[in-house]
Amino acid sequence: MEEIMEILKELDWSPLFISVKTGIVATVISFFLGIFAARKAVKASPGKKAVIDGILTLPMVLPPTVAGFFLLLLFSRRRPFGEFLFDEFGFKVVQTWLGCVLAATVIAFPLMYRNSRAAMEQIDVNLVYAGRTLGMSEIKIFWEIIIPTAGPGIASGTVLTFARALGEYGATSMLAGNIPGKTGTISQKIAMVIQDGDYLTAGIWVAVVMVIAFAVIFLMNLISGRKMKNIRRW
Amino acid sequence: MPVRVKIRKKLDSFLLDMEFQSESRRIGILGASGCGKSMTLKCIAGIETPDEGRIEAGGRLLFDKEEKVNLRPQKRNVGYLFQNYALFPTMTVEKNIAAGLKGTRREKEARVREMMRKFQLKGLGKRLPGQLSGGQQQRVALARIMAYEPDVILLDEPFSALDMHLRDRLQQELMEMLADYTGTVVMVSHNRDELYRFSEEMVVIDEGHVAAAGETKELFQNPVSREAARLTGCKNFSRIRRVDAHTAEAADWGVTLHTEREIPEDVQWFGYRAHDFVPVWGERGENMLRFDLESTALLPFERNYYLRPERHGDNEECEGVQPICWFVQRGKIEELDSRGMPDYVMFREEKLLFLKDQCEQDSSPGMLRQDRNEIEE
Repeated sequence: MEEIMEILKELDWSPLFISVKTGIVATVISFFLGIFAARKAVKASPGKKAVIDGILTLPMVLPPTVAGFFLLLLFSRRRPFGEFLFDEFGFKVVQTWLGCVLAATVIAFPLMYRNSRAAMEQIDVNLVYAGRTLGMSEIKIFWEIIIPTAGPGIASGTVLTFARALGEYGATSMLAGNIPGKTGTISQKIAMVIQDGDYLTAGIWVAVVMVIAFAVIFLMNLISGRKMKNIRRW
Repeated sequence: MPVRVKIRKKLDSFLLDMEFQSESRRIGILGASGCGKSMTLKCIAGIETPDEGRIEAGGRLLFDKEEKVNLRPQKRNVGYLFQNYALFPTMTVEKNIAAGLKGTRREKEARVREMMRKFQLKGLGKRLPGQLSGGQQQRVALARIMAYEPDVILLDEPFSALDMHLRDRLQQELMEMLADYTGTVVMVSHNRDELYRFSEEMVVIDEGHVAAAGETKELFQNPVSREAARLTGCKNFSRIRRVDAHTAEAADWGVTLHTEREIPEDVQWFGYRAHDFVPVWGERGENMLRFDLESTALLPFERNYYLRPERHGDNEECEGVQPICWFVQRGKIEELDSRGMPDYVMFREEKLLFLKDQCEQDSSPGMLRQDRNEIEE
């Protein structure tokens, strides 16, 4: 016990802030992109849908290192696109916090996309038709009927996206590296201290991650459970 | 304001080829499930697009393939009452009714209040659709449509999801609510009683094409085509061999029938409604049938008898022929109970339906039919 207190006193909390910050930013980006992509996919013809869906889901099923490989291929400053970004706009992705966000977004995005798509596909298509015959514009139908009705699905997608982004390891370590105080996330910290055989510090970080993840899911269930109490679905 | 529909659309299992028009304010479309009647409504509302044709309703052209007119559903001003009412589940009753309204906040609120009063929804404004009963949901759905002041209202099987008890009450309610609506209402149903009650004019459709159309009461009395007769509830059919203008042999019933009316030469079938038979005890007269009772079904207010016409010897033709249905309503059952089964049942010649296989409408010339065959191939 004393040993734990000792470690806690001297603990560098930067991985927590970096991870949470990365998770939040990646979730916000995925939220909008995911809903946008889901809307496109729901409206697309079956053939088109299969292609879009395949590409957008790939990051979820492939090893994160494969995503890391492609991201490096694209953004490395020794590659044309990465060079262009740096020369023209001063954007540096590799070995920066931007890399953390990018890696987490790419890996977590499919969760957002798939959950919102599933929720939207379950909506009774007559609701959309009813909106149209009542003279509502497509945009109004989307924001006032589809999104609220798909609410629970979108909410759970958001939670899962955040949890996944928070713990991303593979692609992040390749693209952003593990620079303490800059790109050193919790999951990279855990891997690093384990290599040194420091199970106690690793355990503390494991506990931190678990508490955050559980708290977020619990909160979301609480909120959506109260809000959706009176809505009957079919 | 007439409704004129002439559309064609290729569907999965058949070709929808609808053509009808009506000046009536209450139009019924009768057909079995999956015959294309809902699709027709969706085409009128603009939810689905026909492959070709023309749709006019509420005094406006809504769709014309050749003139490249295809108004968006938002622009058609056609209200659509969905089978499940399609109320927006996350919106309160008030917001549902206001959903399609344009104008300032004040105008909308006034309109919503007016509708809530008219449709007896007071006190329910803050509820969500999931907290309402079936009848209340129907009223909200209708209020939402009426608030929008459509030129035409389409009712898509509005009662099919309800149990019998509720259905009867809601039918009455719906008719009352629509009583002072001056626009056209088109109702689609597979229930002939509903449409008989509701519509002035009726279109009967079968496998995507019009089997019969006309004034509702007239259509029930003289359905013209066998399909239309079946859909309007006729149970008994027999092929006929015409002997002369007033005599024909009803092959499936094994009886020769005489009629006061002249039997047109192109009549192929006789139809006879199950409630129209008259039981006869004693002497055999004209248009009577001797029968064997095959089975009986007891219903709360009715008794159904299934009869086999008696034949001379064992005729092979008898095989595969449907039994004749004779339905006796309460009030007449007592007589049967006291006197026993009658010796004969009599066809009342004025109730006999003269039917053709296919309704040849003047409005669907041979040209169209030919195209249809080509597409089907």
